[in-house]
Amino acid sequence: MDARIENQKGWLLVLPALALVALNAVIPLMAVVNYSVQETFSSNLFFFEGVKWFEQVLHSERFHAALARQLAFCAIILAIEVPLGVAIALAMPRRGPWVSVCLVLMALPLLIPWNVVGAMWNIFALPDVGMLGRTLKNLGIDYNYTQQPLAAWATMIAMDVWHWTSLVVLLAYAGLSAIPDAYYQAARIDGASSWAIFRYVQLPKMRRVLTIAVLLRFMDSFNIYTEVLALTGGGPGNATTLLSIDLVKIALGQFDLGPAAAMSLIYFLIILLLSWVFYTVITRGEEAR
Amino acid sequence: MSKPRPILSKLRWLVPALYIVFLLLPIYWLVSMSFKTTSEILGGFTLWPNRFTLENYAKIFADPTWYGGYINSLIYVVINTVVSIAVALPAAYAFSRYRFLGDKHLFFWLLTNRMAPAAVFALPFLQLYSAMGLFDTHLAVALAHCLFNIPLAIWILEGFMSGVPRQLDDTAYLDGYGFWRFFLRIFLPVIAPGVGVAAFFCFMFSWVELLLAKTLTSVAAKPIAATMTRTVSISGYELGLLAAAGTLTIIPGAIVIYFVRNYIAKGFALGRV
Repeated sequence: MDARIENQKGWLLVLPALALVALNAVIPLMAVVNYSVQETFSSNLFFFEGVKWFEQVLHSERFHAALARQLAFCAIILAIEVPLGVAIALAMPRRGPWVSVCLVLMALPLLIPWNVVGAMWNIFALPDVGMLGRTLKNLGIDYNYTQQPLAAWATMIAMDVWHWTSLVVLLAYAGLSAIPDAYYQAARIDGASSWAIFRYVQLPKMRRVLTIAVLLRFMDSFNIYTEVLALTGGGPGNATTLLSIDLVKIALGQFDLGPAAAMSLIYFLIILLLSWVFYTVITRGEEAR
Repeated sequence: MSKPRPILSKLRWLVPALYIVFLLLPIYWLVSMSFKTTSEILGGFTLWPNRFTLENYAKIFADPTWYGGYINSLIYVVINTVVSIAVALPAAYAFSRYRFLGDKHLFFWLLTNRMAPAAVFALPFLQLYSAMGLFDTHLAVALAHCLFNIPLAIWILEGFMSGVPRQLDDTAYLDGYGFWRFFLRIFLPVIAPGVGVAAFFCFMFSWVELLLAKTLTSVAAKPIAATMTRTVSISGYELGLLAAAGTLTIIPGAIVIYFVRNYIAKGFALGRV
C-alpha cells in the first residue's frame, strides 16, 4: 500500500526547510501571542491583561462586520472562479500551437504585483477617465466605485476574477490533459453524452487539482489585502474593508497592538479551521474510493 | 444516443478567446495610458494615445529611486527562489520517500504557513529582522518570503517526486550510488519539470508580494511596487507615470512565463499536484 519506507533520516532532510520556516513562523507568532495578552504603554511597558482583548474583539461589531464581508467575498469569488475556470479549461484546445498562446496569455495576470493589479483596476474603472467606467457611463449605467458601495463590490469582485481565475484554469487544464485518450474512446463507444463524460470521466480525474485550486483560492482570498487597498482603500466608508484591511488599520494605523494581535490570532485560527475542514473532507473522500 | 453538435463544438474556441480579451483589456488600458501625457489622460477620454510620448518611461529610467526598485525586487526574488528550491528539494524527497516520526503533522504544519495572512505577521517580522540587523536588506525580504514559498515548493515537488517510481532509487543505490550523487545526477534531471514549476511559483509569489517586502525595507532594498505607492502620494496624481511603472512590472513576469510555458501544462500533468 504505502510505498514509503520507515526511515528517520527523513528528519535530517527536512531540517533546513524546517529551520527557515520556523524562524519565520514560530518567532513572529510567539510575538503576536505575547502582545495579545498584554497592554502596551509607550511601546516598552507591558502589563498582563489575560484574555481581555480576545473578549473585546469577539464582541466587537466592527470585527463581526469585517468578518461577514470577508466571508461573503470568499464565497462569491469561489462560486464564480471555480466553475468559470473549469468551463474555460474544458473549452481550451488540447494540443496544437494555440495551447501555449492561451497558457502564456492567461498566466499573465498571475505575475503582476498585487498593488499594480489594484492600481490597474483603479485606473481602468475610473468613472470618467477609465475605459470601464466610461463605457458603463455611455451605456447609461450610473457607476462610480468611489462612491457607491455596490459598484465598489462589483469592481472588487471583477478584479479578483480577472486576477485569479487563470490559476483555476491552469490547474484544471493540467488535470484534464492528464486523462489518457483511451478513457474518451471508451466513453464514446458507450455512447456517453458530453455531460456524462464530464461527470464520470473528467470531474473525478480533476478532483485532486481542483482541491488544490479551491484551497489556494480560499486561503488567498481570505488573506487578500494589497489589491483591495490599492483599488478602494476599504471604502466607500467601510464597504470594502475586509478583515486584513481592518487589521492593519488597527495595528499600524492606531497602534493598538493588543487588540490587533488578538484579532490576528482569531483571524489565523479561522483560516486554519476552515482549511482543515476542506482538507479532511476531501482527503476522506479520497480514502473512501 | 448523443448527437454531436457541430455548431456548438465549432464555437468552443470562443470561450477561451473571450476570456483572454477580458484579461487583456485592463492591461491594454494600462499600457496605452503609459504612453499618454498627463494632460491627455485628464483632458478627456481617448482609446489610444493621440500624442504618443515616451516621457513617462524616460522619467523612470533617469531616476535611480525608480529603476533601483526593479533591481531590488529582482535581487530578493532570485535569492528567495534559489533558497526555497534548495531547501525544499531534500525535504520534498523525504516526504515522498520516507516515513518518519510526525511526518504527516509536519507536512500539514508547513502548509498552514501558506495560509498565514501577511498582515498578521507584518509587525513581528519588522521587529525580528531589525533585531537580527537585517532590516532594509535584500536578504531580509528573501528570507521572509520563505515563509510561504518553502511550503508551496515542498508541496509541488512532493507531488512530482511521488510520480517517480521507487525502483529508480533502489536500482541506483544497488549500483553503488551514494545518496547525494544519486539525487543530483539521476533524480534531479528526472524531476526537472517539477523544479521548473516550483521555481515559477516561488518567483511569482515573491515577485507579487508587497506587504512584507514594503514593511521590511526603507531605502536600500525598497521594491519597485512600493516605490510606486510612495511616489503617487508624494507627487500627486501622475497617472501616466504610475501606468508606465506598472507596465514595466509586468515584463519580468511575462519573460518567466515564456520560458516555462511548456512546463506549466505538462509539468502539472506529470506531477499529481
